[in-house]
Amino acid sequence: MADASTSAKGDLRLTRITKSFGDFTAVDDLSLVIPEGSFFALLGPSGCGKTTTLRIIAGLEEPTVGSIHIGAVDITTKKSYQRPINTVFQNYALFPHLTIYENVAFGLRRRGIKDVKEAVDKVLNLVELPHLAQRKPTQLSGGQQQRIALARAIVNRPALLLLDEPLGALDLKLRRQMQIELKWIQTEVGLTFVHVTHDQEEAMTMADTIAVMNEGKIEQMGSPADLYDNPETAFVANFLGQSNLIKGTVEGTDGDSLVVNVFSQRIKIAKSRSHAKDNSVLAGIRPEKIRIHPEGTPATGNVLTGGVIADVSYIGVSTQYQVEMPWKQELMVFEQNDDGVPPLNKGDAVVLSWESIFTFALAGDEDASAGSEVMPEDLDE
Amino acid sequence: MKQLADAPIPTLPINARISRWFGRNLIRIYAVFGFTYLFIPVLYTFIFSFNDGGKSNLVWKGFTTANWQNPCGAPEVCTALGNSIKIGLLATTFSTILGTGIAFAIGRYNFKGRSSTNLLIFLPMATPEIVLGASLLSLFLVFQINPGFWPTVIAHVMFCISFVVVTVKARIASLDPRLEQAAMDLYANEFETFRRVTLPLVAPGIAGAALLAFSLSFDDFIITNFNSGTLSTFPKFVYVSATRGIPPQANVIGSSMFFLALIIVVVGQFVGNKRKPH
Repeated sequence: MADASTSAKGDLRLTRITKSFGDFTAVDDLSLVIPEGSFFALLGPSGCGKTTTLRIIAGLEEPTVGSIHIGAVDITTKKSYQRPINTVFQNYALFPHLTIYENVAFGLRRRGIKDVKEAVDKVLNLVELPHLAQRKPTQLSGGQQQRIALARAIVNRPALLLLDEPLGALDLKLRRQMQIELKWIQTEVGLTFVHVTHDQEEAMTMADTIAVMNEGKIEQMGSPADLYDNPETAFVANFLGQSNLIKGTVEGTDGDSLVVNVFSQRIKIAKSRSHAKDNSVLAGIRPEKIRIHPEGTPATGNVLTGGVIADVSYIGVSTQYQVEMPWKQELMVFEQNDDGVPPLNKGDAVVLSWESIFTFALAGDEDASAGSEVMPEDLDE
Repeated sequence: MKQLADAPIPTLPINARISRWFGRNLIRIYAVFGFTYLFIPVLYTFIFSFNDGGKSNLVWKGFTTANWQNPCGAPEVCTALGNSIKIGLLATTFSTILGTGIAFAIGRYNFKGRSSTNLLIFLPMATPEIVLGASLLSLFLVFQINPGFWPTVIAHVMFCISFVVVTVKARIASLDPRLEQAAMDLYANEFETFRRVTLPLVAPGIAGAALLAFSLSFDDFIITNFNSGTLSTFPKFVYVSATRGIPPQANVIGSSMFFLALIIVVVGQFVGNKRKPH
């Protein structure tokens, strides 16, 4: 079985992959390069095609059209057991009739590797569970099963490790801990990880590069900071964190900035952060970037006046305000509770301001609510 | 708080306690009656296996262990038993192999005629045995095959297959397909995946199906009576003896079969529990 394809090394390249199930197109003309050694996340809501993409890479689905390469080797038609790729399945899929040791040794034995014991012991030490080697999977907790599923995959040192919602079944605290651990293990073993998730926080914590998927296509790809600070579409702006998107019209330029009229007030947006196609824009600003002041306070940067506090929620580290603007839109403001000033009250008249560099602009014809109606945490594929 | 902690523990009134006791134990009382009803005939058979009744075993004539010391004491009883066991083992082997194959085909693959195959498999179970037995006999006679050992085996394989298919199929349906995908992902080809993952996980279902097939075959009277000719089987022996009084040796064999089945089930449970203690 150890032909050229199982020893392939290098970047993973998906070229114009489409996968249709009858009338439904799960993956739509997707091209992607995942650099060797990176921690790559495919992020998107349920049904966006990310799991299908992962299954195509694993060889569990065949693409309708398109090709897959690892380095120079074409693996499009290879069976999943002929690919140098291993998967950590969503519910782990540990073999219930085998011990933990035999589960981890499974891939090594199938490939006829000699030093099975040494490799298995080493990887069980890496996931800190060597004492469970002789147990059966059902005797392990969810977190332990998760680590064994990971150990069973990385022991083969594949060119590519696929993780399908690996932390979905764990509780929040354990999930946080495993996020850090996964990232550490990835750095330690130096393998390419491709991680599929609907949890934006999980993707941002672990991945070097995130591809945000929606309806079978990649909306935007980049580092977590890129995607968060400079989203190109309303879907990305809303799916990764929260955004205030305000309709406006470009009136002119001022140096490197666009001057935008939003309901008769003027704000500036850096040209490098504008993804508008014409003069009609959606001006975007993250809630935590906005400062909130009582009316009459002088403010610098981008300033919007005439707001009235519609709702206040105190949540410890910050206070969240809903501010109703004169054009009847409610904007979100997250204010850190770090200045000793008591929170403002409902009904107070306020001025909002922020550094103009934090503003981004999207095309004005975009649906300002795209990506926000899906609550990522509630989804499960 | 301190005062409350020191106060005597309040007790429930007597009628509340009685109704609570019934609420907790009603299902147990019901179970005791249910099992009594089920096991009285077995107990009767077992007790009368110790009857010193000679050829007729209808009234209690005194305790003896002679029947257990010499279970083949009655004429022909062990020949009949031997035939039944031979037929049972052969029918079990063939029907388990064929039925497991069919169960995988129906459970795992989509092919033309899958749903009609599914339906046809159920038919022998739904058809009255008397009809099956009679038509099998006429079929054998058309092909000029005389009733006897092999026609009986063929007949038994035929009706056992359906039960094997249904049992194994249920097990296959409960198998998580991701386990097989995981095996393929871990470099096991189709054959290795079947041998290392699919088969071991379906094995309990196959074993259960084999036990079921054996007991169906061993127990069968109607179809056997049509197709076995002069060959004697254990059910036929008991049926024929019934007119004159069944010898206590039949009770010995019947009780032994019951205990054997019980042991198999208990051992099976024990092994199963050992595999997953929780």
